[in-house]
Amino acid sequence: MTTVIPFGPQHPVLPEPVSLKLEIDNDVVVGVLPSLGYVHRGLEKFIDTKDYNQTMYICERICGICSGIHGITYSRAVEKLFDVEIPERAQYLRVINSELCRIHSHLLWLGLFADGFGFESLFYECWKYREDVLDLLERFTGNRVIHSMSKVGGASRDLTKEQIDQILKTLDDLEPKVKNIEKVFVNNYTVKKRLVGLGVMSKQLAYEAGTAGPTLRGSGNAVDVRNTADWDIYRDLGFKTATEKEGDCYGRTKVRIDEIYESIKLVRNAISKLPDGEIATRVKGFPTGEAIMRAEQPRGEVVYYVKGNGTKNLERLKVRTPTFANIPSLLLMLPGVKLADVPIVVLTIDPCISCTER
Amino acid sequence: MSLAKSPWIIHVNVNSCNGCDIEVVACLTPLYDAERFGVLNIGTPKQADIMVVTGSVNYKSVNVLKNIYNQIPDPKVVLAVGACASTGGIFHDCYNVIGGVDQVIPVDAYVPGCCPRPEAILDGVVAALSILEEKKKGNIKGKEVKLKGNEVPSNA
Repeated sequence: MTTVIPFGPQHPVLPEPVSLKLEIDNDVVVGVLPSLGYVHRGLEKFIDTKDYNQTMYICERICGICSGIHGITYSRAVEKLFDVEIPERAQYLRVINSELCRIHSHLLWLGLFADGFGFESLFYECWKYREDVLDLLERFTGNRVIHSMSKVGGASRDLTKEQIDQILKTLDDLEPKVKNIEKVFVNNYTVKKRLVGLGVMSKQLAYEAGTAGPTLRGSGNAVDVRNTADWDIYRDLGFKTATEKEGDCYGRTKVRIDEIYESIKLVRNAISKLPDGEIATRVKGFPTGEAIMRAEQPRGEVVYYVKGNGTKNLERLKVRTPTFANIPSLLLMLPGVKLADVPIVVLTIDPCISCTER
Repeated sequence: MSLAKSPWIIHVNVNSCNGCDIEVVACLTPLYDAERFGVLNIGTPKQADIMVVTGSVNYKSVNVLKNIYNQIPDPKVVLAVGACASTGGIFHDCYNVIGGVDQVIPVDAYVPGCCPRPEAILDGVVAALSILEEKKKGNIKGKEVKLKGNEVPSNA
């Protein structure tokens, strides 16, 4: 006989409201029914009333964790509509902002994940290191969480020499710190006992379920939009796509830790190649036509679709976020998992519900 | 025994963009360390004193919010964190947004900002502590909020 146990919307390990109805048979999950909508605001309709420059600020507030990348992707999508080439320095500034966002997001997730399996001190350690990155973002963009660094036509803030030195110095300090927490995540007996072999997704299944981001790469698929999308900067800077073969919670954790190192390298490379010049071009007129833009968020691929109709307001904005793609894979992972391990498996896709529901 | 020496908080996210949520959690972590004021984040409303609400309320989360509020024992203090929780913020015109938290439950203190800095949130918690003491002295009880379904407030 099965029992139905509600998980969420208010649950100690979930920072966000999502409700899962778990069908339990003898402590093992046999079925899952998700219920969404607790964070739905209706932003895609809301942009009707805002002009295309203001929409950037709305897009940043789709999600507070990957806000920088949301804003940058929206700006790039509208620039594609206008068919304008933005200055190279602005492109590099956007890369630096994106990668700092990624580092802070992954450290945040590692902390919440550690809290999820009851490793309180590791949680505090991760969040302590994350504050260093937030300090950098605050110096760079003026804000800790919502950055508003990008705008249609380029960047709204420039990096000064002192800020660049500060970024390089902090990243040099950060790398050994990340190595410290990596040791615990990868080698610690208790951590491995909880994570290894939990929530396994094979390479084929992960691909077929349309998974995105570290969840997909944790199953051995080397798919990263930074390599494949039409943003040449990343190819120039050169980076390695982190993958793991295991396909379990342990593998996905290792992917995220590796990505922190790659992001640190990318920021350093971007700073070393940072060209001089303007940071923004003036965009005139109203957008027409339609455009699609893809970018790699900390959680996976985000797709922006924008359609202009020659007025100052966009006619349509559609966002496909990574967690939306990852929820089906979560439903495939959960059956067969013990009830006590459900929070870990849910956290392992790095759910961002406010992205998903907008 | 002073209740304000060790308030336990429950963090409720109703329709927030995560920005304020991560700042609330950042308050509890080593750099800002709210635990030095005896503040402890607790998962269950039955043991909480201060309710920290982030995000504007929408039609689906309104009952979750009321339910949690009703379960917190008296004396209780509600702290609305962020522009959205205070007034609805930039989302106040969205079709699925009711507005600030005070449209649904009584709010005692507000922390403005999008997102408020952790220092501001800590300041709000400290302000809530004195309200908590007063409520305890005056034996002021929070009124029961009725669950009526997804109703629209009269001034909406």
